[in-house]
Amino acid sequence: MTDYVVRVENLVKRFGGLVAVDGISFSVARGEIFGLLGPNGAGKTTTINMLCTLTKPTSGRAIIAGFDVVREQSQVRQSIGLVFQDPSLDERLSGLQNLRFHGLVYNLPASVREPRIKEVLTMVELWDRRNSQVRTYSGGMKRRLELARGLLHCPKVLFLDEPTLGLDPQTRNRIWEYILELRQREDTTIFLTTHYMDESENADRIAIIDHGKLVAMDTPEGLKKLVGKDIISVKTDDDNRAADEIRSRYRIETRRDSDGLTFEVASGEEFLPTFIKEFGTKILSVSLRRPSLDDVFLKLTGREIRQEEVSNAFKAMVRQHGRRTRR
Amino acid sequence: MNNLRGVYTIWYRDMLRFWHDKMRMVGSVTFPLLFLFVFGSGLSARMGFLGPGIDFTQFMFPGIIGMTVLMSSFMAGVSVVWDREFGFLKEVLVAPISRASVAVGKTLGAATVALLQGIIILLFAPLIGVSLSVWTVLMLLPLMFLLSASMGSLGILLATRIRSMEAFQAVMQMLMFPMVFLSGVFFPLQGLPAWMNILVKINPATYGIAPIRQVMLGTLPDSPFAINLLGHTMSLWDNVTVLAAFGTIMILLAMWSFSSQE
Repeated sequence: MTDYVVRVENLVKRFGGLVAVDGISFSVARGEIFGLLGPNGAGKTTTINMLCTLTKPTSGRAIIAGFDVVREQSQVRQSIGLVFQDPSLDERLSGLQNLRFHGLVYNLPASVREPRIKEVLTMVELWDRRNSQVRTYSGGMKRRLELARGLLHCPKVLFLDEPTLGLDPQTRNRIWEYILELRQREDTTIFLTTHYMDESENADRIAIIDHGKLVAMDTPEGLKKLVGKDIISVKTDDDNRAADEIRSRYRIETRRDSDGLTFEVASGEEFLPTFIKEFGTKILSVSLRRPSLDDVFLKLTGREIRQEEVSNAFKAMVRQHGRRTRR
Repeated sequence: MNNLRGVYTIWYRDMLRFWHDKMRMVGSVTFPLLFLFVFGSGLSARMGFLGPGIDFTQFMFPGIIGMTVLMSSFMAGVSVVWDREFGFLKEVLVAPISRASVAVGKTLGAATVALLQGIIILLFAPLIGVSLSVWTVLMLLPLMFLLSASMGSLGILLATRIRSMEAFQAVMQMLMFPMVFLSGVFFPLQGLPAWMNILVKINPATYGIAPIRQVMLGTLPDSPFAINLLGHTMSLWDNVTVLAAFGTIMILLAMWSFSSQE
């Protein structure tokens, strides 16, 4: 029998009339990297908050390391480490003092605490800066310090809520190196949320959440098989005519996006040469690629995850602007 | 045991932060000292003696000490709002320590800092011409601590319910200054207009300032500075009892409020 560290059964969270999380169930095995993927507002953070006892579920059950998140809060808290979406450090204290505080709160005796602090700080390459106040750290350093802090008490599960949000690509890669190294070194189960598709490729299993419901759960490879086929994007000087031509000639429906037309074929390498030779509409550019998680998401939800993000950001901007002018 | 550790850790962090921020100490005692020396010097000669051999500055001195610890501890609640805004509160809320112990630790942290500031003001006693015996000081310290712990709990209680820094500051101004002005810091509480008398008597700070003055300037029950509540002249212990009751309710409410927030 598999040893499940996280078990979630029919978890629901309502805020007034809004159903943020709508009856999700899943299990995470020990040592697994489990990714919860979804657009902003899909219910990822609410789910994490319920699992780490910050928010009470409306109904359903969640068991972390054998403890119930409602009835055994204290034991759950002792068993988990957290890296939040927004920074949660005391900027006026040094990196070392932040970790000492954490060690005290999680009841690590000094004989364990001090060597462990050195170990985790060395791992995230902050040992040399341990005595500087956190407010002098860069964004990437703060995130690394939080990662070190989340690990300090050797949690059974490490929750990472958008661990690389707002970081530059280079720093994001470093963070991921630490996460993967960590899994090798310390048998920690990692539960992360992200809306970066490329990042979630690192996970052993991914659950896709949309409007509070799980729409798919599998390995990244398994999910890509849902799309199955190769994807061809083509730009022409008349996309309408091209779409009609593809429909009549190959019996394939195309999708319109900002860059032209996209459609799927079983084996792209063989299809493309004849397609280019035969096609009646003038082709400006054409590309072939294997399905990515972006395509999986698109197929399952009918939306692109990044489009969603942009339009949400835009809405937020408009809202904020509106608020400002009213003031 | 778990709870004690929580209280200690939260308190310890406040001490660390305070130590990092020594300028705060200088800033926070400047305001009361200005009151004491500028008002005191300006008005003492004109006001003459307010009690047997007690001039206005000497009268104000215990009040100023009370005001210092009251304002400092009350305002410490802002650190909870601050922690929420900067995210650190989350680290505290998911920690395996009870929320109630966090509230107690915060209150004790606020009270400790306030007490230290009160002691700094107390050091000016010789300049004011107030003589303090060791015994008086030993009586004063717990009284100052009780006042600051009570007001600290009130500040923490408010901070758990108020989400924005601006709102917290507004509420503080609306509550704290009336509490200070209507507590007998600056004038004796006899012969006040009826409306003011009511406000003074329902102000919990009144019962924190009075015992400090009673101890510092003599504890005679018929002292001109004694408080008359519903026809009863409040003794030192009467005042302490009222203040302690208020403080107990506040800390319990703060513990409950901290535990029930998400």
